[in-house]
Amino acid sequence: ARACRSDSRREDFSRTPMMQFMLLFSRQGKLRLQKWYVPLSDKEKKKITRELVQTVLARKPKMCSFLEWRDLKIVYKRYASLYFCCAIEDQDNELITLEIIHRYVELLDKYFGSVCELDIIFNFEKAYFILDEFLLGGEAQETSKKNVLKAIEQADLLQEVCCSLPSSLGGVARCHERQDVSTARSSQTE
Amino acid sequence: MKEIMVRAIYCEMLGYEASFSYIHAIKLAQQGSAIEKRVGYLAVSLFLNESHDLLLLLVNTVLKDLQSTNLIEVCMALTVVSQLFPKDMIPAILPLVEEKLTNPKEIIRRKAVLALHKFYLIAPNQVQHIHSKFRKALCDKDPGVMTASLHIYLQLIKNPDSYKDLTGSFVAILRQVVGGKLPVDFNYHNVPAPWLQIQLLRILSLLGKDDQSTSELMYEVLDESLRRAEMNHNITYAILYECVKAIYTIYPKSELLEKAAKCIGNFVVSPKINLKYLGLKALTYVVQQDASLALQHQMTIIECLDHSDSIIKRETLEVLFRITNVKNVAVIVEKMLDFLKNVFMEPDILFLLYVGCFPLLSDTYSPNNEWFIQTMNVVFSLGGELMHPDIPNNFLRLLAQGFGSEEEEQQQLRVFAVDSYLTLLESDTAHLPQRFLQVISWALGEFSYLKDGLEPCKVTKLLAKLLDERNVTSESRSWILSAMAKLSAGPGAAALALQVSERYSSSLDTVLRQQALELLHLSQDPELHARFFHLWHVQVDSSLSFLDSFVSEALSQGAAPYKAPHQRQEELRQEKALSLEPYSISLPVSLSSCSITDRQSPTLLSMSSSLSGNSNELKAGSSTLKLEGVKRVWGKEGYLHQQDAVEEAAQVEEAATPALPLSPQQGGAESQQTHGDLTVVEQEKQKLASSLFVGLGSQNSTFLMGKSDSTSQQFRRKTRAADSTSSGVSERSSSSSHSSCSDFLHNNLLEDSQNSLNTQKIGVSNGTHEGPVTQSFQTTSKETSPFLDAGMVLVQPCSPQTELRDFVQPGSSGITQTSLRSQFPPELSQLPHSDISLLSSDHSLSLSACRAYRDDALLFVIILSNCSQSSTNGLSVQLDCKHIFETFSTLIQVEPHTQVTVAGSVSYRAVPGHTQTLQFTDKLFLTDFIRPLTLSTEEYGKLWLSFSQDVRQNLKLIQGEGDPLRATLSALKEQLQLHIVDIIGSEGIVACRLLPDSPCLLHCRIHGGSLAVWLRSPLLSLPDCLLYYCQKTLEEC
Repeated sequence: ARACRSDSRREDFSRTPMMQFMLLFSRQGKLRLQKWYVPLSDKEKKKITRELVQTVLARKPKMCSFLEWRDLKIVYKRYASLYFCCAIEDQDNELITLEIIHRYVELLDKYFGSVCELDIIFNFEKAYFILDEFLLGGEAQETSKKNVLKAIEQADLLQEVCCSLPSSLGGVARCHERQDVSTARSSQTE
Repeated sequence: MKEIMVRAIYCEMLGYEASFSYIHAIKLAQQGSAIEKRVGYLAVSLFLNESHDLLLLLVNTVLKDLQSTNLIEVCMALTVVSQLFPKDMIPAILPLVEEKLTNPKEIIRRKAVLALHKFYLIAPNQVQHIHSKFRKALCDKDPGVMTASLHIYLQLIKNPDSYKDLTGSFVAILRQVVGGKLPVDFNYHNVPAPWLQIQLLRILSLLGKDDQSTSELMYEVLDESLRRAEMNHNITYAILYECVKAIYTIYPKSELLEKAAKCIGNFVVSPKINLKYLGLKALTYVVQQDASLALQHQMTIIECLDHSDSIIKRETLEVLFRITNVKNVAVIVEKMLDFLKNVFMEPDILFLLYVGCFPLLSDTYSPNNEWFIQTMNVVFSLGGELMHPDIPNNFLRLLAQGFGSEEEEQQQLRVFAVDSYLTLLESDTAHLPQRFLQVISWALGEFSYLKDGLEPCKVTKLLAKLLDERNVTSESRSWILSAMAKLSAGPGAAALALQVSERYSSSLDTVLRQQALELLHLSQDPELHARFFHLWHVQVDSSLSFLDSFVSEALSQGAAPYKAPHQRQEELRQEKALSLEPYSISLPVSLSSCSITDRQSPTLLSMSSSLSGNSNELKAGSSTLKLEGVKRVWGKEGYLHQQDAVEEAAQVEEAATPALPLSPQQGGAESQQTHGDLTVVEQEKQKLASSLFVGLGSQNSTFLMGKSDSTSQQFRRKTRAADSTSSGVSERSSSSSHSSCSDFLHNNLLEDSQNSLNTQKIGVSNGTHEGPVTQSFQTTSKETSPFLDAGMVLVQPCSPQTELRDFVQPGSSGITQTSLRSQFPPELSQLPHSDISLLSSDHSLSLSACRAYRDDALLFVIILSNCSQSSTNGLSVQLDCKHIFETFSTLIQVEPHTQVTVAGSVSYRAVPGHTQTLQFTDKLFLTDFIRPLTLSTEEYGKLWLSFSQDVRQNLKLIQGEGDPLRATLSALKEQLQLHIVDIIGSEGIVACRLLPDSPCLLHCRIHGGSLAVWLRSPLLSLPDCLLYYCQKTLEEC
């Protein structure tokens, strides 16, 4: 069945990038970041997001990080309170996608010092910038961590001051969350 | 403004409409400072999609920024271009992007390459001319640019022929990468540029597919990457997986295949669920080439079937499906059904399921009709409307045509179907899906006459009831009506048909009205009915000879001679070269003419247009054909003898056929042919998979790490029965020698027992008593194996065999240990065995038992002694099968068991006509099933890593003279039958197996004053249970 499925799909999907979309959402199901690499209408996007968030949140921690959904393969991973979720095609390599997620988290971590959900909430545009330097048009653009960060820094140099973060609000919660992110991270990186 | 834009993005993400800000985003990108521009571009790329109108406004901005001298601005422009850009405007910026390929900054080159990649994806022909530049990018000195260019090549090489010359370069790059020649910052977890590697591997597999010479170039490097990738991190697994995939895609080389297979093995047995999934996924395509691989992982697969994660289950089913054959189909289908019941609907799986049923059917030796019908019933009722329309169509064809088996069996199949449908209809029908109702009504209409004593009236009544159900769609109603038309001949049925047809002849649905009227006529005129259906069922004058005179008359009057439709189409095509192709392709020869003829009649036209389903169209068409088919031999094109004949034939065979891939014109022939194909394929599969199961069965199991569990329960029961047969046979032969030494048999008892032997139909000439006893055991076990009669699946037990040996030794009144020992069968006395213990006795019979330990089995010996002086006959032994038949390892999975209870009873007749029963129970301990496992230290190491269940505990050390470790281990060895693999310093490794082949490994180390034991096994609670015995043993020492 897989063979015939992928055959039938080859026609329409051969012109799609490896990754179809990436979603970040919290344990409560709130969307934190979304990036679509295939053109879809807003309505579809919302529907997909809603369904996926439900499906992924319903899964137990010990379960497989991959799932088949419609005719896509969903690869997700949880870091502290955030779920990172990517959609790829069936014949793509799931494990490497998992590592793409991990590399993205590493990049965020390096950039924000020690990243937590609040960093992404308050600086989500930064998170997008980093993502754009790492993945472009659904393909891995630059896999060297150093190069990505260099590019971001260069762009940031232009922005002399950054005052988009109301730090008084974030401070306390941040200390708290940060701790559990870093413990989660250490277990993830093994 | 920038802040506001950020908020707008946030709002949009939360799901609120922020389309008012789109134009501002574009403005911001256009006019803002560098910082604002960045946010503006980001907002644009998030808000808009490729087809959005506002995107055109961005083109100018992008153009301007691409020409900017500011590096950052160029980067931003390229970034947005590679994410979204209107297709029509690509030519406007293409030269600029191309120019960037030679930019000194690698970041710009990289982004330009990706932008071109994007262009290639959305408009491939616009970048045709720059292929040479891609090659340059591939040779870029910056690895980042090179990596980016691989994305393009991966797309290009989907059509590999023009890129074969690049194979050498790709191989060289991969070799460099694997050799660690790239800068260190491309490493990821100490693996050099994994993304690059995977991309290259994929490209190579595309290039090497079905191409031996190209494949030969890459064997070496593939081998190297397999070797280099050490198992330590997910990323290396990812590379390995891709490697394996490549190896199986390219032209095969046995050496590499072997290594790849080993790799997959590592995946499958991995405790990490993600790896397991990938392993299974790899298996799905590997088993097609080499089913023996599935054989090696049989146990893991079975274990995965019961996995809590449905995606693993699904994948496992997919693997199983690929190894489906006659012998295992029942079990696999059952598993699939289980899965379907638990998980949401999956049309895919249903399809698999259906296809999976074929092998059993194609086997003429053991068709199991009832099973097939039952399964299909479940499939239909579960599948509902989601089901692929091919499934019911094919099923009906099967019913109509049979599957190449004998007529008798076909009839049987049909009767089964009719039976089961009647039962279904008699119960509540509201929940049955429409498709199923259609299938039911057709089958009943066609075949209910086959069942003896079934009044058509009764069937018609049921159908009429169904017709009145509210939720039945009009499509299904028309199926039901045509079924009634077929049945309307009987006396009671006619009246009922009259009623029904009156009600529906005023229906608003034209199809229904039409059919109701037909029904009316047919039911009123039995002669018409008979003639019509007779014609219908039996024969058609395929040459239409009765029309010859008409034709010759027409010809003599100047009519054009008949031309076959394909001839006409040829001519048509020659006349006007305009593309008539879609017609000629989709409507091959007679189908086209057939449908054209149908269109001739206005009633038919309305009918077929008002119906939706393809299949139904023909079906409905055929039902009207019944009325007027004979007349319409002449179509627009002239004399239609040939087509009509085929058409009729096709319809006779399958009133509801056309399975999409099959063109009806070839009707039966083709379907049979496909069937033939199927069997050929299946035979191949069968061969593989039977080797699979036979291999599994062979007791000297090559794979020790198997885990048996309840999934294969059916197998096991069956085989137990089979096994007991064989043991029975051996028993008898061995007993002949034995009986000669048991010379204290009483003569009278001997005679009696012979009587009983005769009743059991076993001829044991020298009159020992084992015959009946074994036999009765056989019968009991037979009852417990529902599949035995079907003669299916032959797996040898993977469980401790419990061979029963019973010896009735009458007359020795005083039972002592010694006397019992003397009765002990000589071939068993050489085996280590436990003491013989008296389990129960009454005044005439006493029963003792003992356990003998064979290397591959536990023999449970029951010794019966007649202690009275009178004769005993009608002896039979019953064992409580539940515990015997479940293997220990099954039990142990559910919850820790350290012992099982065996219960049973012996019944006999001491006084004629008066049966007495003697109950007994005994216990079997885990230790009875433990055998030493001989391993080398290396094998031990490998096994150790592959096991997931892990228990650690500190145990008491035996303090004696000499090495305490040695002393303790040897005590354990003696008591528990373990095998000491090696003792190195203060550490010792010990191995044992639970029968048949579930290993358990112990790693013992002196830690402080105690023995730190670390147990590992694939079985869930085996370590715990074993630990319990270790503890007990050491306490006792």
